This record gives sequence, structure tokens and C-alpha cells, in this order.
Amino acid sequence: MALLETKNLGISFGGLRAVNEFDISVEKGELYGLIGPNGAGKTTIFNLLTGVYQPDEGAIILDGVNLTGKKTIDICKAGVARTFQNIRLFNEMPVLDNVKAGLHNHYPYSTIEGILRLPRYHKVEKEMNEKAMELLKVFGLEEYAEYQAENLPYGQQRKLEIARAMATDPKLLLLDEPAAGMNPNETKELMDTIRFVRDHFDMTILLIEHDMKLVSGICEKLTVLNFGEVLAQGDTQEVLNDPEVIKAYLGE
Amino acid sequence: MKTKAGRLSKTTKNDLITYAMVIVVYIVMQILVSTGHVSSLIQGLLVPFCTYVIVAVALNLTVGILGELSLGHAGFMCVGAFSSAVFSLAFKDAIPGGLRFFLALLIGAAAAAMVGFLVGIPVLRLRGDYLAIVTLAFGEIIKNIINALYLGVDENGVHFTMKDALSLNMADDGVMLIKGAQGVTGTPNDSSFTIGVVLVLVTLFIVLNFIHSRTGRAVMSIRDNRIAAESIGINVTKYKLIAFTISASLAGVAGVLYAHNLSTLNALPKNFGYNMSIMILVFVVLGGIGNIRGSIIAAVLLTLLPEVLRALSDYRMLIYAIVLIAMMIFNWSPNAIFLRKRLKQRLTTGRKSGKEA
Repeated sequence: MALLETKNLGISFGGLRAVNEFDISVEKGELYGLIGPNGAGKTTIFNLLTGVYQPDEGAIILDGVNLTGKKTIDICKAGVARTFQNIRLFNEMPVLDNVKAGLHNHYPYSTIEGILRLPRYHKVEKEMNEKAMELLKVFGLEEYAEYQAENLPYGQQRKLEIARAMATDPKLLLLDEPAAGMNPNETKELMDTIRFVRDHFDMTILLIEHDMKLVSGICEKLTVLNFGEVLAQGDTQEVLNDPEVIKAYLGE
Repeated sequence: MKTKAGRLSKTTKNDLITYAMVIVVYIVMQILVSTGHVSSLIQGLLVPFCTYVIVAVALNLTVGILGELSLGHAGFMCVGAFSSAVFSLAFKDAIPGGLRFFLALLIGAAAAAMVGFLVGIPVLRLRGDYLAIVTLAFGEIIKNIINALYLGVDENGVHFTMKDALSLNMADDGVMLIKGAQGVTGTPNDSSFTIGVVLVLVTLFIVLNFIHSRTGRAVMSIRDNRIAAESIGINVTKYKLIAFTISASLAGVAGVLYAHNLSTLNALPKNFGYNMSIMILVFVVLGGIGNIRGSIIAAVLLTLLPEVLRALSDYRMLIYAIVLIAMMIFNWSPNAIFLRKRLKQRLTTGRKSGKEA
């Protein structure tokens, strides 16, 4: 059974049909790409998948659990993590604390225990620090642990956002244009990172991207979106050679 | 992990400096008072210093850590002040001083927390300017309600009215607790500088530990990016309410301290109106938003200044205004920040090279 499945997903904003009859099926461990021209509805689909928007119709099923109509927090708890097109870090907090915030729901202690610094505070904080440092190390960010997040170089900010998403221990990771604004070298490094995340954490990844080199380089399957509808779906090479897709992307 | 240990000790060290600063100032003041070097004017200001420091730190929790602008903290102070003053007056003879003040503190803090919680539920759905305006209105409402409230107790129980003293219909042996605009009179004078400083330290303990806890991190992540905080599973409403309630409750503690320093407690625009709320906000902004130690220093300096300048009569507020502007520039202008950083760097590197040589 597929890890993520959507059936007939649709949403309108006023008179605009932003997403229509969107079906996707992502298998566990797959690296899946979602591409399409600007305004095709890619980010809208991410917002539907993470509960930022509620779909007008259709269903979202993750690992057999129906997530349709759930709130963002519950969807996160169900195992969907994401990054954002325009990076959204906790800028004024240290890098380490950004990741620790991601660990929030997995390492609980109460507010009172925190204020009075009871034994559980020390125990859980220690575990959190170790886990967060471990994650930072995986992403090669451990030397920046004390930096304020906004002072990181751009490429590292992207990585930190992925690290923070991974801290929530997700089943499915959504990456919204991870290579936006990166130079070819950074993009190459990012491709390695994404591949590494998939292999190291056995993660299922759905990503939106415009960079065709990245998409053809790492994605196993693709869905092409145009005007809110699925234009083509299937194995990466097949899809990229589809005349309809070339027409939508490059014009006639 | 060396880096981790270093980071932890850095924040802990920072907190310890803050505690130490308060304790040192306390000891110095005690010595000066006992040797008679402090004028009666300043002596009278010692408890208000503590009051304003507590409420400034409390507001910094809302403004700096939660990232929401509240102009209603004088209102929470007011709730804490009156609830505790009524309690202390009612049990003036029944409970001994120390225990009574302790209970009054708990009652003031709990009452302010409750009001903060109730106000917070609708208000924290608003953002930015709207939140500021609604909290401002709330502060005024509290003040005006208390100005119109008559409360008394006699053998038949508790009486209260919003009309006038006669409508209370009290028995002859009844005691008036709140006399409308005349407020509460005869509150036992339980506050002292020592108690004030202890409360400042307790407030700092709560706020600083809160900031460095899991809850504080959640609150700050909401401040930095609400959408991202939600996406990693942080319950935005819950953590906003927790921070706001704690902040209101600590403002209530400041109110308790204030009320028990005066024999007559009125809800005037001067002490519990929006002027006061804005004054507290000035402490927070000039001390540095999110900077707890800065709030303490700003609260003390800006409370002290108008009193010290009293001799200059007409020029007093002029100088006060200039100091406000100068502090603003010193704390927030990019040039000044750059200059400060360079100066600090030069000092530290100078010291290091001195050691090497």
C-alpha cells in the first residue's frame, strides 16, 4: 500500500480552481517530484497536505490514516513534515534550539518542571541536546550549533530547515523548492543531502522543484501539474520526454 | 560535547549575572540606608523600584518572548493590588503578618492570572496593533470598574454594589473593604524593600527558567515564525496563553507589592491607567525587547530620574525626555550598536594581548 495517497483532491479560491482532481500515490521510501510551471498549484498542494488549507473535496490518506480536514498540528503528529519555499526558520533562536523546537512533541516535560528545574527537566533537556546535536551532525551543521539561525549562510539555512523537519520524526517529508536561490555547487550538495536523508532515515520524500537537473538527478517518479491539474505522471525519464510536458514547460 | 557545555554555561552565566546584579544592589542599598546616606525620598522609592522591576520583567515576557504588544499590564497590576488588599484588610486581625502577606501574594497572583487567562482567550487571536488596542481598553475597564465598586462584609456575609455606599445595606458592625473611588484604606503595610527584592528574584527565577525551558522555546518559536511553529506541531494558542497568563500573574505580584506599601489604594489614571501601561512598555523597549536585565536597569533608572531631577522643577520633564531619546539611540541605533561591539571587541582583545605579553 502506498504511504501517501490523495484521491480527487480539489480546492477553489473564489472563482479560481487552484487544484482539481489531484491524485497521487507515493510509495514508502520513494523520492517523488512534483513539478509544473509557476502558478500551477504545487505549493497549494503542499498546503493542502499539511492542513494549512482544507480541501473542498477529496481525501488525503497517509499510511492508511485519513488526514482530510485535520489541523496542521495533528498532521504533523501523524507524520508529515515540511520545509518552505521562502525559508521559515526561528531566526532569533540558536541553530541548536531550532532543532530542539522540532523535537518538542517527542521529549515532553511540563512548564512547571521547566520553571522549577526538576530532575525531569535536566534529564529530558540532556536527551534533547544529544538528539539535536546528532541531527545537526548528520547535516554537517554541528559547528554552527550556537549561531543565531539568521546568521547562517543561505545553503545552511536550507539544511537547517530540513534538519528541523526531520526532528519531528516524520514518515513523509515535503520539500518546497529546496534548491531555490542556490548556485550549481550548492544545488549539487543539496542533491547529495536529499539522497542521504532518504537513505539514512529511510525517508519518503515529496519535493517541488524547478531545477530540472535536480529533478532528473534524484527523483524516481514525477507528477507534472499544469493549471491545477495533473498533466503527466510516472517514471521521471518517461515524464520528462512526454511531448505534453515539454509543451507546457518550454512552449511550442 | 564541548560546544554544548559551553553554550549552556553561557546562558546560565548570563542569568547568574542578572541575579548577582540585583543582590549586589540590594546589599549596597541596605548598607547605605543603615549608615544614613540615603535620603528619605529615595528610601520611599525602594519598594516602588521593586514593583516596577517586576512588572517590567513580566511585560518583557509578553513583548520580548511572546512577541505580542500588550498595553494592559497596569490592569493586571490593578487586579493583583485590589484582590490582595481586600484580602489583607478583611483578615487584618485574623492572620499574622507574614503568613497573611504570603497568602495575599498567592491571591493577587492567582486573580491576575485568572483575569489574564480570560482576557487572553479572545485577545490572543488578534495580532499586533489590534492586540495592543484591546489590552489597552481592558486596562481602562478594570480601573473604572474598581472605581465604581463598593464592597463590604458584615455578619450576613459579603455585600457589593456598583451604585453607592448606602446601597450596600450593611449591618452596623460591617466593614467597608472597597469604597468606590476612595479605594481601599487601611491595608496593612506588609511590603518592605527586602520582601520586594525577594519577589524580584523570584520573578527573575520564573521568567529566566521559563525562557530556557521547552515551553519557552515553543513560545519563542511562535514569535519568530508562527507558520513554521505550527508545521512542527507546536500548539500556538496553548503556548501563547501560557506565556500571557504567567506574564499577567507576575504583574499581579507587582500589584500586591504596590498595594501593601500604601495605606490608601486608589485606582487612579496615574497608577493603574494607560499612562502606567505605556510607562512599563517604555521600560521594556528602552531596556531592550527580550532583554530581561535591560528591563531591570531601565525600570530603576527611569523611576529614579524624575525624582532626582525634582529640584530642577520645570526642566525636569525636558531632561527626562532627552534621556529617553539618548537611551533609545544607545540601545537601538545601528551605528551605536556597531560602536558598542567594536569597543567591546577592542577591550577584550586588548585584555587578551595584555595577558600574552
